[in-house]
Amino acid sequence: MSAPASAATARGRRRHVLDLDDFSTQEIDEILDTAVSMKEVLGRAIKQVPTLRGKTIVNMFFEDSTRTRISFELAGKALSANVVNFTARGSSVEKGESLIDTVRTLQALGADMLVMRHSESGAPYLVAQHFHGSVINAGDGRHAHPTQALLDLFTVRQRLGRIEGLKVVIVGDILHSRVARSNLWGFTRMGASVTLCAPQTLIGPESFWKATWPDLTITSNLDECIMGADVVMTLRLQKERMEGGLIPSLREYSRFFALTAERVARAAPHCLVMHPGPMNEGVEIMPDVAVSTQSVIEEQVANGVAVRMALLYRLSGE
Amino acid sequence: MAEKQILDADDIRRAITRIAHEITERNAGVRDVALVGIRQRGVPLAMRIAAVLEEIERVRVPVGILDITLYRDDLGIRGPAPVVRATDIPFDINGRTVVLVDDVLYTGRTVRAALDALTDFGRPARIQLAVLIDRGHRELPIRADFVGKNVPTSRDERIATRLHEVDGDVEGVFIVRTAETATE
Repeated sequence: MSAPASAATARGRRRHVLDLDDFSTQEIDEILDTAVSMKEVLGRAIKQVPTLRGKTIVNMFFEDSTRTRISFELAGKALSANVVNFTARGSSVEKGESLIDTVRTLQALGADMLVMRHSESGAPYLVAQHFHGSVINAGDGRHAHPTQALLDLFTVRQRLGRIEGLKVVIVGDILHSRVARSNLWGFTRMGASVTLCAPQTLIGPESFWKATWPDLTITSNLDECIMGADVVMTLRLQKERMEGGLIPSLREYSRFFALTAERVARAAPHCLVMHPGPMNEGVEIMPDVAVSTQSVIEEQVANGVAVRMALLYRLSGE
Repeated sequence: MAEKQILDADDIRRAITRIAHEITERNAGVRDVALVGIRQRGVPLAMRIAAVLEEIERVRVPVGILDITLYRDDLGIRGPAPVVRATDIPFDINGRTVVLVDDVLYTGRTVRAALDALTDFGRPARIQLAVLIDRGHRELPIRADFVGKNVPTSRDERIATRLHEVDGDVEGVFIVRTAETATE
């Protein structure tokens, strides 16, 4: 499957990272290969290279984040860029400045790249139309989180040596998860076979998913679909889902969909346990599973910096 | 596109052997010497020099690999490389004599980047430079300590080094004349 053309690339060069839908297998491979070298840089006594000296990266976060924002900040600094953090709270946004005006202001102040998180799906696409530099989507609403998906692909490839042919189970609140959606693009493009597992209220109609990914397996039976899995990724269950009536209770959800040691034992012996964080331990994942030898949750966080460095480098130049 | 061979496999072998001898002479042995090959083709050359040094000095000299992509000064002109390859310097360079190895010395910009990259790993006692070909046209005040062959070239020529570790069956150094390729 080749990647569709989009505004994110021009003359063969990538300008924005908005989702993984327009990444080819070759481009993903190149980014993951480069991330290996970036990881080596992060292991040095001097964890910094001069590559992006004089460039300004603005982290524009309209929604709370710990790991993604810090990860982007460390990635930018490891490449010697000037990194500025902008949070909506305490800014002119509170005085009613529009998103586009904010972007124009940051552009006038000399920003070369915008890393942006926003609660509205699609917001980075709007920003990309009004900004002369590069835009990286660090999570938009329930739509996409491409850098998380790339770091997940990287973690799997580092651990298991390949992605193609793996059985990947993504379990949890698929319907509201931008992580699930971007990972779906990434893992299917790299040739893994993906199973989505969730209660029906948290996944929506099967036809919706099959329209884009006809080879997906969709199920509500975790005990069954986890059999022989190479990777199992569970998602954060937002507490408000229960208040919205989508699940009867956290306890019931947990009984059928939590990653427990017994369930993970049904997967392949080398199966990796992944979680994009932050975790609700005892809800979607049991504490002993989160810290087990099969868990790569902390590695995901550490790899995020290297993968984001690879992306920042790829968008640089001109 | 015309191609003229200037070194064959035997010429390369003799040049490597001579450079290895010069390295031992200059440094009175190779006790504190380490070699660092600059990607791509500096790496197999460094390995070959190390093999000769082992033969003549009975010492296994450590060999590192340097990728200078993240230290280039032309990112704004040429844009990013598709892939940044790994740097691997698995020994302490502090206090050592580090011999940088590359196939072709041209503008000197690659060596400038390599010097910056290397000093991020520590403070060598000294850094020396060994190249298979010096083709002139320096843009920076850099010179090589050990040269396989000096080759006068014009700027619209390109030097193509082919080493069997990288290029398979072919082995040799060629001058390639192209209409549009003026950079190395």
